[in-house]
Amino acid sequence: MAGSKEIRNKIKSVENTRKITKAMEMVAASKMRKAQERMRASRPYSEKIRSVAANLSHANPDYKHVFLQKRDVVRNVGVIMVTSDKGLCGGLNTNAMRMMVTKIKKWEGADAKVQATAIGNKGLGFLMRYGIPVTSQVIGLGDKPHLEKMIGPVKLQLDQFADGKIDALYLCYTKFINTMKQEAMCEQLLPLSGDKLGAPDSSWDYLYEPDAKAVLDELLERYIESIVYSAVAENIASEQSARMVAMKSASDNAKKVIGDLKLTYNKARQAAITKELSEIVGGAAAV
Amino acid sequence: MATLHVNIVSAEQSIFSGDAEMVVVPGESGELGILPLHTPLLTRIRPGTVKVKLAGGNEELVFVSGGILEVQPKALTILANTSIRAKDLDEAKVMQAKQAAEEALANRQSGQERAVVQAELSQLAAQLAAIRKLRK
Repeated sequence: MAGSKEIRNKIKSVENTRKITKAMEMVAASKMRKAQERMRASRPYSEKIRSVAANLSHANPDYKHVFLQKRDVVRNVGVIMVTSDKGLCGGLNTNAMRMMVTKIKKWEGADAKVQATAIGNKGLGFLMRYGIPVTSQVIGLGDKPHLEKMIGPVKLQLDQFADGKIDALYLCYTKFINTMKQEAMCEQLLPLSGDKLGAPDSSWDYLYEPDAKAVLDELLERYIESIVYSAVAENIASEQSARMVAMKSASDNAKKVIGDLKLTYNKARQAAITKELSEIVGGAAAV
Repeated sequence: MATLHVNIVSAEQSIFSGDAEMVVVPGESGELGILPLHTPLLTRIRPGTVKVKLAGGNEELVFVSGGILEVQPKALTILANTSIRAKDLDEAKVMQAKQAAEEALANRQSGQERAVVQAELSQLAAQLAAIRKLRK
């Protein structure tokens, strides 16, 4: 029975792998549910802040905040790239990176310099390998992202925009469409277009304390932060569901491999028995 | 009696939602008591406690670490910050994020080495967080 022990060992090792992928699949499934809830929980805030900001900029057409001013020539581009911290989640990060590469090529083709903020370990590694200057980073957000961790990196880019060091700011992340489908996205954060703020749903004339300008300044900053936060929350939901799907197909594949190996093992076993039998029969005939 | 629809939301979660008779908010230039049919108002708020007087006579206290208050005649929204915000604190966070990026760049050796160090760092950070939690 040549090789049967090797095959047995192999079966055992694939079975162990399958146990791991199965466990990861189940962990990802339960984390995904929580991540989706968190993603939904961030929506009321950004919706509300958006409508207030829309009201406000509508009521004060004479004051144009620097975030709302469109620049004619875009020489420097800032990107906030949201990726996962860990791998083993299918093509999630690869797709985000691939889209990033096409975007970077497009910007560089238009003679714009690119600098980036990395949220998440995978994106950081990618940007460094690609040679994009990383001005700020935050990694190790965990399953429960906190806005607090993102304030610094986001503010840095906002300040740079206000100072004119960058002329446009983009946000790249993976949008959660459903459990089976996630899509890499790249959207423009700054300058904020009026369309994105949308039309005000009501026209109030507010009393302002201390004054309209100060309130609008703070609102817009919070608005951008809330967009980045929702993107991170969405990215985590995408990561978990991508991991769940990837691990499910890994478990299925392992099952198939085990089936094939078992077949080979049984064939080898039977061949050995047949050989032995024919040897005995041959031996008896000779006598 | 007329009521006011109150929504207190932060970027991470919805904190409170319901109808109230009166809301007391720590506004930037003083405490504000808001009753239904208040004139539209938009103001920043200081860190403090928001007191929501519910229709049944009960009170609900919510701590907010600053944010923005929006009042409409029949609705009131508080966009709460998730943490205490001050210019200096924000600046410090900017510096931190910047430094992290610079350090990573300075220590940029082989990708593998960096990954190992990062894994160690995150482990240490987790340990530190656990220690802090235990001490509390």
